[in-house]
Amino acid sequence: MEEVATKSQKKKAKTTMSGAAALVNCLIREGVETLFGYPGGAIMPVYDALFDQKENIKHIMTRHEQGATHAAQGFARISGKVGVCLATSGPGATNLITGLADAQLDSTPMVCITGQVPGKMIGSDAFQETDIVSISMAVTKWNIQVTKAKDIPNAVAKAFYIARSGKPGPVLVDITKDAQFELAEFEEYETCDQIRSYVPNPKLSEKALNDAAELINQAKKPFILFGHGVLLSNAKEEFKVFVEKTGIPAAWTIMGLSALPTSHPLNVGMLGMHGNYAPNILTNECDVLIAVGMRFDDRVTGDVSRYAKQAKVIHLEIDPAEINKNVEADVPVLGNCKESLAALLKKVNENQHDQWLTRFKELNAQEEEKVILGELNPPADEPISMGEVIKHISTISRGTAIIVTDVGQHQMVAQRYYKYANWKSNVTSGGLGTMGFALPAAIGAKFAAPHRQVIAVIGDGGFQMTIQELGVIFETKVDVKILLLNNEYLGMVRQWQHMFFEKRYSSVDMVNPDFQMIAKGYGIESEKVTEREKLEDSIHKFLSHEGSYLLEVMVGKENNIFPMIPTGASVSEIRLE
Amino acid sequence: MKEQFTLSIYTENLIGILHRVTTIFTRRHINIESITASESEVKDIHRYTIVVSSTEEKIKKIVKQIEKQVDVFKAFYHKNEGIVYQEMALYKMPTKLLSQTREVEYIVRKHHARLLAVEPDFTIIEKTGFKEETQELFEQLKPHGILEFVRSGRISISKPMKEFQEYFTEVEEASKL
Repeated sequence: MEEVATKSQKKKAKTTMSGAAALVNCLIREGVETLFGYPGGAIMPVYDALFDQKENIKHIMTRHEQGATHAAQGFARISGKVGVCLATSGPGATNLITGLADAQLDSTPMVCITGQVPGKMIGSDAFQETDIVSISMAVTKWNIQVTKAKDIPNAVAKAFYIARSGKPGPVLVDITKDAQFELAEFEEYETCDQIRSYVPNPKLSEKALNDAAELINQAKKPFILFGHGVLLSNAKEEFKVFVEKTGIPAAWTIMGLSALPTSHPLNVGMLGMHGNYAPNILTNECDVLIAVGMRFDDRVTGDVSRYAKQAKVIHLEIDPAEINKNVEADVPVLGNCKESLAALLKKVNENQHDQWLTRFKELNAQEEEKVILGELNPPADEPISMGEVIKHISTISRGTAIIVTDVGQHQMVAQRYYKYANWKSNVTSGGLGTMGFALPAAIGAKFAAPHRQVIAVIGDGGFQMTIQELGVIFETKVDVKILLLNNEYLGMVRQWQHMFFEKRYSSVDMVNPDFQMIAKGYGIESEKVTEREKLEDSIHKFLSHEGSYLLEVMVGKENNIFPMIPTGASVSEIRLE
Repeated sequence: MKEQFTLSIYTENLIGILHRVTTIFTRRHINIESITASESEVKDIHRYTIVVSSTEEKIKKIVKQIEKQVDVFKAFYHKNEGIVYQEMALYKMPTKLLSQTREVEYIVRKHHARLLAVEPDFTIIEKTGFKEETQELFEQLKPHGILEFVRSGRISISKPMKEFQEYFTEVEEASKL
C-alpha cells in the first residue's frame, strides 16, 4: 500500500490547456525571453497565447519574416542562446528560408516555429499551405511537423536541444493550426538532453591529442587558424592561453573574428580572399597548421589543391563530417573546441617563435605600405574611403562596440580595420553572404546586449534589401546605430566586373532614394557626410546620440578592396594591387 | 574512378528521414540506382540500402553527411566485393503460354526461377539473383510475351562480422555524453 501511495505522489501534475498555450509555456521554460516573428492565419492561436504571456515573453514584430530570422541570428550570436522565430504558414514560412540557410552555414542556433494549415487540410493545396518541412529540409539541422497538441512539448524540447548542441544550427517546428487549438493534458515540461541516434559531442581521443601536441611541440613554423568554433564553444580563456603558451601566430576567419583581440601581439590578422597579406602567404610556408573550429571555406583556402601542401594539418573540429571535407587533416582532433584546447594545453610546451613572427611583420609592412596607409589616410583630394570611416569609428568607440556587417566591400573593410577589443563583438553573414543581413541582425544583437553599443555597418545595396526593418527601430526605439557606407554601387560586384569582366558594369549602378528622408519617415535621426572635414565630428555625434541614428557617408565610388586572392588562385598568389 | 557502392543506413523510423538522406545525393548530382527501406533486426530502427555509382572519395564524404543527420544512427558503405547481395524480380506471363508450349517451362527451369502464383489468366514467376541474372531471364522471356515486370532494389549483407546491435549500443552510449 505504501508503495502505491509513493507512486501516486510521484505522478506528475497535469494541466489542461491548448497546444498553443503549451507551446508558449515550453518556450518560457526553455528560457526564451525575446522572440521575433510575424503573425498570420495559421499561427494565430500561438499569437493569442502570447497575448496572455506578455509579461513573461517579449515578441518583436519584424516587418518581414526574413528580418525575424536575421534578428534571431543576431540575438543568438551575441547571447549564446537559441534565437527564436515565429511565422505563419505559406509565404510566412517560405520567407524564413534565407535565414535558415544562413544559420545553417554559419552554425547559428535557431528555432523557427511555423503555423501550418489544419491537419485534415494538409495536401489539399489549402490557402497558405506550403510543404515547409520538405522545403526547409536542406537548410535545417532538423525539422518536424506536429499534428497533435500532446506532441508539442517533446518536439520543442528536441528542437532546442538539437539547435544548441554539437555544431549548432537551425531547426524548424511546423505545427498545424488544429494542434494549436486542441486541448490536451500536459505534464510539467522537461528539457531534452539526449537523443539516442545523435552524438553531438564526440569523445576526445587521447591519441589524437598526443599526436597533435607532438606536432605542435616540434614545429618550427606553426600557424593557428581560428574560426567560429572558438566563439561557439565559449573557449575564450582556453584559446587565449593556448596561443600565448605556445607563442604561435594566429589568424582568423571572418566567423572567428573577435575571439582574440585585434591588438593581441599574436593576432596576425585575417585569412582568405580579402584577408591580410602575411597570413595568406605564410599559410603556404608554415610547417604545422592548427585549424581551430573552422571549416576551410573556399573563401579562406583559395585553390585548395595548392593550399598548405607543405604543412602537417591539425584540425580541431566538433563535426566529423568536416574532417577531410575540404582539406585533409593529418591529425583530426574531434571534439568541442573548449575541451580540446583545454586538454591540449596540458600537453604543449611553452614556446616562442620570434623568427617566424618576424616573417609576418615583414609581409605586414608591405601590406601596410601598399594598401593600409592609403586606405586609412587617403590624399586630401580623394573622396572619403570606407577604411578611414571605420578607423574613426574604431578609435572613437575604443574598439568596444558590437559590429554587425552586411555583405560586400564594407563588410571586408569593417572587419579588416575595426580593432575589436572585446570577445564576441562581430556579427556577420559569413557562409551564405546574405545581403540585407545587417540591419535585422543588429536589432537582434541589441536585444541580446542592451548595454553594449551596436553598430550596423551596411552598404547602400544591402540596406535596401531589408530596409523595412527600420520599422522595428521606430516601434521599439531599439538603439541601433546604422553606418551606411554609400558608394552608389553594388561595390563588390562592380569590383569584380572591373577586374574580371573588362569593366563592363552591368546592373551595379545604384539609383538610390534619399536615405535621410526614409530615416525621417521612421522617426530616426540622421546625417549625411560628404566631406572629410566633417567626418570625425559626425562620428562623435553618431556614437554619442541617444537612440538609433543613421550616419550616411558618401565614399569613393570606385575603390577596390585589396589585398585580394582572385578566384582560382592560391593563397600565396594574393595580390596587393 | 567511378564504381558501384552499396550504402547501408540505419535510421529512426520517422517521417521525412528518407527525404533528408536522398537530398544528400541530389545535392551532389548523384543518381540513386536502387533503394530499399525496411525495418532492421532492431525493432523500430529502419535500414536503407542504397546503390549508387561514384568515387570512393565522394562516397566517404556522403556517408559522413548522412551520419550527421540527427535521426541516423550509422551509415556504412561497401564495394560489391565486400557484401553479399541480391535482388528479386517478378514476371507476369499469360498462363496459356505455359500450358501450350514447353519453352517457357524450360527457361524457368534453366534459371532456377519459381512459380509464385498461377491464375487462369496469368502466372507470376519469381527470380532472385544479381541484376544481370534477373535481366537475362527477362530477355529470354520477353519474346514469349511478358505482361508485367518488376525488379526490387538491392538488399545486401556485409561480410564483416560485427553486428549492428553493437554499433547501436555504441551510438546510444555516446549520445549520453
